[in-house]
Amino acid sequence: MTDESSGPDTCDVLVAGGSFVGLTLALALSRASRGVLRVTVVDRTPPDVARAAANDGRASALSAASMHLLQSLGVWEEVAAHAQAFTEIDISDSRLDAVARPSLLHFDGALSEGEPAAYMLENHVLRTALIASAEEAESISFIAPESVEDFSVTSTGVAAQLGQGQTIQASLLVAADGRRSALRKKAGIKSIGWAYPQAGIVATLGIERPHGGRAVQHFLPQGPFAILPLRGDRVSLVWTEPRDRADEIVALDDTEFLREARKRMGGRYGALSVAGPRGTFPLDLHLARAFVADRVALVGDAAHGVHPLAGQGLNIGLRDVAALAEVVIESARLGLDIGSTPVLERYQRWRRFDSAFSGFAMDSLNRLFSNDSAPLRSIRSFGLGLVDRAPALKRFFVREAAGLTGNLPRLLKGQEI
Amino acid sequence: MTDPLQNELPPSSERTLDQNEVARFAAIADEWWDPNGKFRPLHALNPARLTFVRDQICTHFDLDSRDLKPFEGLKIIDIGCGGGLLCEPLSRLGAAVTGIDPAEDSINAARAHAEAQGLKIGYRADRVENLVADGERFDAVLALEVVEHVPDVPAFLGVAADLVRPGGLMLLSTINRTLKSYALAIVGAEFILRWLPVGTHRWDRFVTPAELSDACSQADLQEVSRKGLVFDPLEGSWRLSSDTDVNYLMSASRPG
Repeated sequence: MTDESSGPDTCDVLVAGGSFVGLTLALALSRASRGVLRVTVVDRTPPDVARAAANDGRASALSAASMHLLQSLGVWEEVAAHAQAFTEIDISDSRLDAVARPSLLHFDGALSEGEPAAYMLENHVLRTALIASAEEAESISFIAPESVEDFSVTSTGVAAQLGQGQTIQASLLVAADGRRSALRKKAGIKSIGWAYPQAGIVATLGIERPHGGRAVQHFLPQGPFAILPLRGDRVSLVWTEPRDRADEIVALDDTEFLREARKRMGGRYGALSVAGPRGTFPLDLHLARAFVADRVALVGDAAHGVHPLAGQGLNIGLRDVAALAEVVIESARLGLDIGSTPVLERYQRWRRFDSAFSGFAMDSLNRLFSNDSAPLRSIRSFGLGLVDRAPALKRFFVREAAGLTGNLPRLLKGQEI
Repeated sequence: MTDPLQNELPPSSERTLDQNEVARFAAIADEWWDPNGKFRPLHALNPARLTFVRDQICTHFDLDSRDLKPFEGLKIIDIGCGGGLLCEPLSRLGAAVTGIDPAEDSINAARAHAEAQGLKIGYRADRVENLVADGERFDAVLALEVVEHVPDVPAFLGVAADLVRPGGLMLLSTINRTLKSYALAIVGAEFILRWLPVGTHRWDRFVTPAELSDACSQADLQEVSRKGLVFDPLEGSWRLSSDTDVNYLMSASRPG
């Protein structure tokens, strides 16, 4: 990878956005094409800033399917030592003042002996490994800090204008530029969705007693509260509150903040300490009306955003990557124009239904659980109780959480394209 | 029923080409590369038929089909290339490609499109006989969706086979002459779905796999493989199948 302020003026695929989804796509295309496809990645953030832990205190849940993808790209072996496997998943539904928080639903975190359904990994660890792998790939050019400001579609390709004046010709432009994707708007694609009255708080805490790999999701009346295990006696909290309240909580001093966290976590973890920066992020659900336009494909948050309830945002983005990489590579192996409409339509057919389904399923769950009414509470208890007693249904949910249901791209099954 | 291949044979010089057919394709030449235009069905068919072509050539010449440029070093000709829907992919896969078509307008459209794509393809508005006379030889010769438009299939194959070098491969595709093909390819595709202009095909010119295989043998070509093409309405795309009742492809090799 060339790490500089300008790159070549032509490439096969231009990726706007060099975060997880954009970098993973570049690696997948480079690897499966044996370095023949030339990929240029453009990102606003200077690489040294992107790598720094202090700039992103968040962690992500990676499903088994996402792990397969990273494994096939040779990235997993670089991060495996930092990844915490889920050994158990506990779901509970109780009021804050409840003395005991009985577990409503308990999953064994493993798909099968020795294969966890999901892992927790800190964002900066994953980002650093992806950048390092991209640097090793000669067919990938990385231009940062830089952005794609505009583009025009020609009969044979796309011409993208960068902020500092360079124009890059490509066969395909991939918009991996996040939830407020400017390229989505420039491509004339509208997005539908709504914001939630809640915001998410993320924080990393040190704990006294080991978490044992247990992931916990409490459905509290204010919104879901997740305690996700990290390596080294730490947990990542993903904590939903009404927006104003979320800002207040994050602004508390460390002692007060830990007191609020402890109220929700219970006493299971012993003494708590602050182990990283904390922040809030807005919660919204959005789905692009189309995932493709002439010469343009949307991936990741540019295409869809889900309620982070089940930590599925990154996993769904990586499903886009695996599907788009497979469609592009198979088309290139037939000599087809990889940015042509029939190729892009195949990607859209594959991904759009799945994304809509995930988005609205998470939304329904959030609505069902973020509510304190007694009848809803008993319906939830009854429903989850049923799931808990039906092993087949539980296996389905664990496989769903692992991202292993549906028509999977090969990379997610741990196969080469 | 009389054998349609022997029916109403024109004079021998016109057995390999039908001027009415040439004129009909010339009239719509500017639409070759419009994915929503009159040639949409060919665009839809392209991935599946290219899969057959690629896999047959890779198997025959022992090449890696997962490579993005497996055809480097191969000389390939597409007979009846139209706007270049097959020539461009073959060129991207690394082959030195020649495309010939009797319709001058199609060749002009093909040439303009390839230049814009930065692809070097040798296009000629010409007929097969002239290339044979020039002594041209190719590693692979393609004539896809062609034989159903020529008046005399054995005569056409006899000439086209001369373009295949010893040890080379011929690739053909056409439409079978069955009741099902009449229902699907003519009534369905032309009259009901309007995928193709009415009059695109004449059922009596359709060729059965056995007839095509025999015509290959007469031209000193040996059938290697045949596959059907079926439309999957759920996926909205074509795929290869063992069902050769309607559209099918065939590969045949010339003994080395």
